[in-house]
Amino acid sequence: MSPVLRVDELSVQFRLGTETVHAVRDVSLRVDPGEILAVVGESGSGKTATALSVLQLNPVPPCVYAGGEIRLDDRDLLRLSEKDMRAVRGNDIAMIFQDPMTSLNPLKRVGAQVAEVLHRHQGVSRASARAAVPPALAEAGIANPELRAELYPHQLSGGLRQRVMIAMALIGRPRVLIADEPTTALDVTVQARILDLLVELAQRRDMAVMLITHDLGVVAEVADRVAVMYQGRVVEDGSVSEVFGAPADDYTARLLRATPRLERV
Amino acid sequence: MAELTVRDREGSPGKSAEPRTGAGAGLLRGIATKLGTALIVLFCVATVSFFLVRLSGDPVKLLLPPEATVEQEATLRASLGLDRPLLVQYLDYLAGLPKLDFGTSLFYDQPVAEVLFGRLPATLLLAGAAMVVCLLIAIPAGIIAALRRGRATDSGVMAGVLIGQSTPPFWVGILLILVFAVQFQVLPASGYGTFAHLILPAITLAVYSVAVIARLLRSSLIDVLGSDYIRTARAKGLGPRGVIVGHGLRNASLPVVTVIGLELGSLLGGAILTEQVFSWPGIGRLTVEAITNRDFPLVQASVLFFAAAFVVVNLLVDVSYTLLDPRVRLRS
Amino acid sequence: MTMTLAPRAGGARTGMLRAVLRNRLAAGALLVLLLMVLAAVLAPLIAPHDPNAQDLLARLRPPAWHAEGDASYLLGTDQLGRDLLSRMIYGARVSLLVGAAAALLAGTLGAIIGLVSGFLGGWLDRVLMRLADVQLAFPSILLALAIVGFVGSGLWTVVLVLGFTGWVAYARVVRSEVLSLRSREFVTEARAIGVRDRTIMRRHLLPNVLAPLATIATLHVAAAIVAEASLSFLGLGVPTDIVTWGGMLSDGQLYLGTAWWIAVFPGLALMLTSLSINVTGDALRDVADPKAYRR
Repeated sequence: MSPVLRVDELSVQFRLGTETVHAVRDVSLRVDPGEILAVVGESGSGKTATALSVLQLNPVPPCVYAGGEIRLDDRDLLRLSEKDMRAVRGNDIAMIFQDPMTSLNPLKRVGAQVAEVLHRHQGVSRASARAAVPPALAEAGIANPELRAELYPHQLSGGLRQRVMIAMALIGRPRVLIADEPTTALDVTVQARILDLLVELAQRRDMAVMLITHDLGVVAEVADRVAVMYQGRVVEDGSVSEVFGAPADDYTARLLRATPRLERV
Repeated sequence: MAELTVRDREGSPGKSAEPRTGAGAGLLRGIATKLGTALIVLFCVATVSFFLVRLSGDPVKLLLPPEATVEQEATLRASLGLDRPLLVQYLDYLAGLPKLDFGTSLFYDQPVAEVLFGRLPATLLLAGAAMVVCLLIAIPAGIIAALRRGRATDSGVMAGVLIGQSTPPFWVGILLILVFAVQFQVLPASGYGTFAHLILPAITLAVYSVAVIARLLRSSLIDVLGSDYIRTARAKGLGPRGVIVGHGLRNASLPVVTVIGLELGSLLGGAILTEQVFSWPGIGRLTVEAITNRDFPLVQASVLFFAAAFVVVNLLVDVSYTLLDPRVRLRS
Repeated sequence: MTMTLAPRAGGARTGMLRAVLRNRLAAGALLVLLLMVLAAVLAPLIAPHDPNAQDLLARLRPPAWHAEGDASYLLGTDQLGRDLLSRMIYGARVSLLVGAAAALLAGTLGAIIGLVSGFLGGWLDRVLMRLADVQLAFPSILLALAIVGFVGSGLWTVVLVLGFTGWVAYARVVRSEVLSLRSREFVTEARAIGVRDRTIMRRHLLPNVLAPLATIATLHVAAAIVAEASLSFLGLGVPTDIVTWGGMLSDGQLYLGTAWWIAVFPGLALMLTSLSINVTGDALRDVADPKAYRR
């Protein structure tokens, strides 16, 4: 199967004054349709910078995409104009962020925020975009979607907000979903349900998912393959059972030892 | 398709969802509380100005020429009602306030309210025009500076802001007169009545507010543009215009709205000076005249008027704040 | 929160000055201010003429570089033949004195009210903050006008009026700082070992609010200078026998058609002073409150 998204030898730098931080160094990754790739690493390992690079959402300046390719099918996203890139965001590739409280605009009804994606990409009127919102919310596991669509983010619980984010990401039927620590900010009991939802939707839609996380438990539970990042590099990449069963890299081994509950896997 | 879940998988449906009728009732109750506070503030202002004016000297002595006889003084005092005990005068004054009865102007010999409201249109026109000028300049300037942060355009806007904030409004007026009325003779230096008369005073009054609002909008927009939900909006594929108009401006306007209310004091002060420079027949100039003429009923009423304007605008700011921000419910 | 100074604030303050000087614009502004202060202090020594001396043969003389100018009157003369430059140098004295004194008075008053209000809380806090609302609703320039108009003009009347009407900003900032400091360890410990409230406020809280206080005070000096000039311009400020920039501008407006320099130079001095102080104040704030700092 050919990957839908391929990152080849990507290098990303942040130039702060005279200092240059090499956030991502020669990183290569690939995700197939229907596959969940977990990218793990400690904070500062470059996993979020890599994820944001796919959509080119790193703040420019100071961010500089110094080298490599990001291929969606045959197109190199790094070579697209900003205008063409906008057509990709939310349409071909969607993203879910860590903190659903701050990731939703506090002053707009959640339904309108979800509808905006359709209005932007499929040229539908705001009214018919709105009509498509309740089914999308329902699919993300939100009860009473018509009522909920009219609420503001602060009126929803954390889990519901993240479901809204998921509905917003998926309403445009993207082929790739990037989820950056989607459950970190949520209650433990809610985390599992959100993960289940993501897995279920990814399978049903044959969607490629790039799941950024620092939680190896999450990886073991949902991912097909895993890439381990350390200091801006991918130090190990393979199927979950391979990597967790027999880590080839010293760092991965240490990481696994530091997570006692993984011994069950 | 998956079955439609009737209950959230999170559990209780809409536990933090606030019924919208309740929000409306809360708004009304909030306004009522704020209104009560406003009335207390105005009562304090009325009281303070009443005693301040009276403790500062005998108005009769100031009104009459020095060679006036004691009898003349007594007659005038009696005709002004100033021979009564201070407390009686005060209660009398308070009793008149709800009916907008502020007494009789010593200089114009007309009811104070009539004099005051006769000058009101000119001041409202000036303030309104200045507000329009201000928003037309400040909003684009603030947005451009925020978007071009750290570049030459931004530095230019910020330099303009600093100069605007530091320049006394009456000197701006003088310079404008010098350039447009004296040098090029394209606009009148003073007077009232036509659109041409309005231009220079409106710009003069607007300068300070332009600086304050442009600066605040810039920093507030920079804050907002760095927030997570702006990143979300960009991740949806929105362009700069969609991001700013759809998500940035309204959020960035919140602190600006608050400050507009608080800056109104400086704007009113600026109006007094602007009206003086351009001989604009508004309440500001009337007040200065009343002070020089020792027309204390008129001074009292003017002070109260300016305070009321401040209080009312801030009340409107509070209300508009709740309309702009669904998270805020008025609480006292 | 805004400030995270260590309880010992002395070292931080000298650090602040150094950081302000690192900002080239602010360093330039400080230099301008320094020159202004020097000019004001040394006025009798450096002013070329007596500011009140009238030379009726040299009335409305334009600046020296002008064809009809006179080299002895560098910036020209006013309608009574008084030297503009000398009057501006003497005018700086009033402006700086009124500005600094009013800010000092308002700052002291505001700091005390803010400390008491924030630290003691309760009904006193509510009353004081309501008082702040009332004070804000009074347009301060109007209040000043009314008081000066009725009490009579005078340098110290203006200082008192501007000082007593300017305390709200100080009080609010100090109060909110104190509210956040109140539960910090060095305060709770001091309370636990029985240190008196007054001592805690003076020894432990005051040093920690000095930085924001200094920032507001700096900006307030500029506001007070402009306010004094406004009052004097309206003829309801400092008495006309004392030279003020505002008074000069008021003369100047009458001669705009014939002698632009009378209204331009004092205004320029006023703007430059206020600008320098504002730039310095902004730099102080950027240093004292990094969160407010925007590149």
